Amino acid sequence: MASAAKRLDTVPGTPAPQIAFDGATLVLGGKTIIENLSLGVQPGEFLCIVGASGCGKTTALRLAAGLYQPTSGRVNFDGQPMRAPRREIAIVFQDYGKALLPWRTAAGNVSLALEAAGMPSAERPARIEELLRTVGLPGHAGKYPSEMSGGMQQRLQIARCLAQEPKTLLMDEPFGALDAMTRQGLQDEVLSLMAASGATVIFVTHDLDEAIYLGDRVIGLLPHPGRIGIELAVNLPRPRDQLSTREHPEFLRLRRQLFDFIKATEQ
Amino acid sequence: MTAGSAKALALPLAVLATFELWARATHLQSDSLAPPSDIVVALFGAFADLSILAATRDTLFSAFAGLAIGTIIGLAFGIAFGISDTLNRLMEVTVEAIRPIPSIALLPIALIALGFGYRMEIVIVAFACVWPILILSRAAVRSIEPRLMEVARALRLPPAQRVWKIIIPAALPRIFVAFRLSAGIALIVAVTVEIAINPLGLGAGIMLAQQALRPDLMLAYLVWIGAIGYALNVLLVVAQNRLFGRAALSGADR
Repeated sequence: MASAAKRLDTVPGTPAPQIAFDGATLVLGGKTIIENLSLGVQPGEFLCIVGASGCGKTTALRLAAGLYQPTSGRVNFDGQPMRAPRREIAIVFQDYGKALLPWRTAAGNVSLALEAAGMPSAERPARIEELLRTVGLPGHAGKYPSEMSGGMQQRLQIARCLAQEPKTLLMDEPFGALDAMTRQGLQDEVLSLMAASGATVIFVTHDLDEAIYLGDRVIGLLPHPGRIGIELAVNLPRPRDQLSTREHPEFLRLRRQLFDFIKATEQ
Repeated sequence: MTAGSAKALALPLAVLATFELWARATHLQSDSLAPPSDIVVALFGAFADLSILAATRDTLFSAFAGLAIGTIIGLAFGIAFGISDTLNRLMEVTVEAIRPIPSIALLPIALIALGFGYRMEIVIVAFACVWPILILSRAAVRSIEPRLMEVARALRLPPAQRVWKIIIPAALPRIFVAFRLSAGIALIVAVTVEIAINPLGLGAGIMLAQQALRPDLMLAYLVWIGAIGYALNVLLVVAQNRLFGRAALSGADR
């Protein structure tokens, strides 16, 4: 945070982005997946990325995570080039079933992040209990992932990510495999968790309504190769509400604009 | 004992009874065969003078020591090769060149280097056990869900913790299957070394009985070795089910 503030002073008027894509291009196996992507994400911003399948949304997220290195151009975090994943950046994968350790209980899965950060074992239980309570899983500490529903498993993965105390949370279609009711509940929980922690979020989804409902800004990618096709600021009041926000005229206007964009890219 | 296992026992028991009747009726005189009742008597005799127990101790000591050493070596290399593609390609030819050597073919060298006794036998058993553990643990590590490795990277888990907390637990069900396989091999190789040359254990016991023209005792040793092998496998299958449950099955056929 200190370095961000310092940069604010040096560049008056433009806040320093926490994550900055600077002409990032990624070529994998001779195929250009992402081309010349330039994008700044401000600290505390909730950015949603949408696009037709295969447009490189997930790849863009993996660049931001440091799991891929750009072929040319740069991806910076707090002004530093991303050479490898960082502990301040947590990733919530879509396939929670594969991302959790099946041989560890819920508490053990959360503990993994604390162990990686070198927290002494005596301090872990209290923190684990607190984190499980935060994501709405109190009393499930002793359960194995296989004994939990999809929604609970995804909550558990979010708890493990929060254990990293991330400055940035990257979410890759986190609710794509969940039923509508569970999804809405988790959307609201992620919003309140992020409002409380002040973390930056990049949220990839193929659900346009979800993107507008959650985001401060929505970016639509064009496929082959992936590049920015549309950028919409979402000026809907917060806190958002599943009923009134989704009926807001601005919501409907953005939804229309985004649907038209996606429809045009699919032709 | 279920009806099914009772049915499975019916045929062997019928064969044994027929053989017994035939041997008694023809007053069997043979250096290689003996009526089942004589085999049972010889087995009890060998227990009574403790000779078979001492032999069992020697064989199992060699087999388990060799199995332990072979498992440790095989696991270390298997995990390293599974993690590092570079290392694996570097060592692939070497491994494939050494692996087909029958462990028993090392007997003359081991004998000259180490002489008779436990050490020589343990080395040969260990050599035999290394390969299934190495090959299967390498495959197990390679087939770990890539997402788990990404989670480890994203959490910046240090390399030692990555091996200890992610790779080994994820590969363990399949590694245990390899261990079970190697345990069987260890017993076979230990007895073979004893029959071929080493004057200790159950294998040497068979050879002694053969040279003493005691087919009843020789076959008693065979029956006892079979029982040990069977018990060892049952023990390991029970352990596998207790430890891993269904995970072991899905790991085995993946």
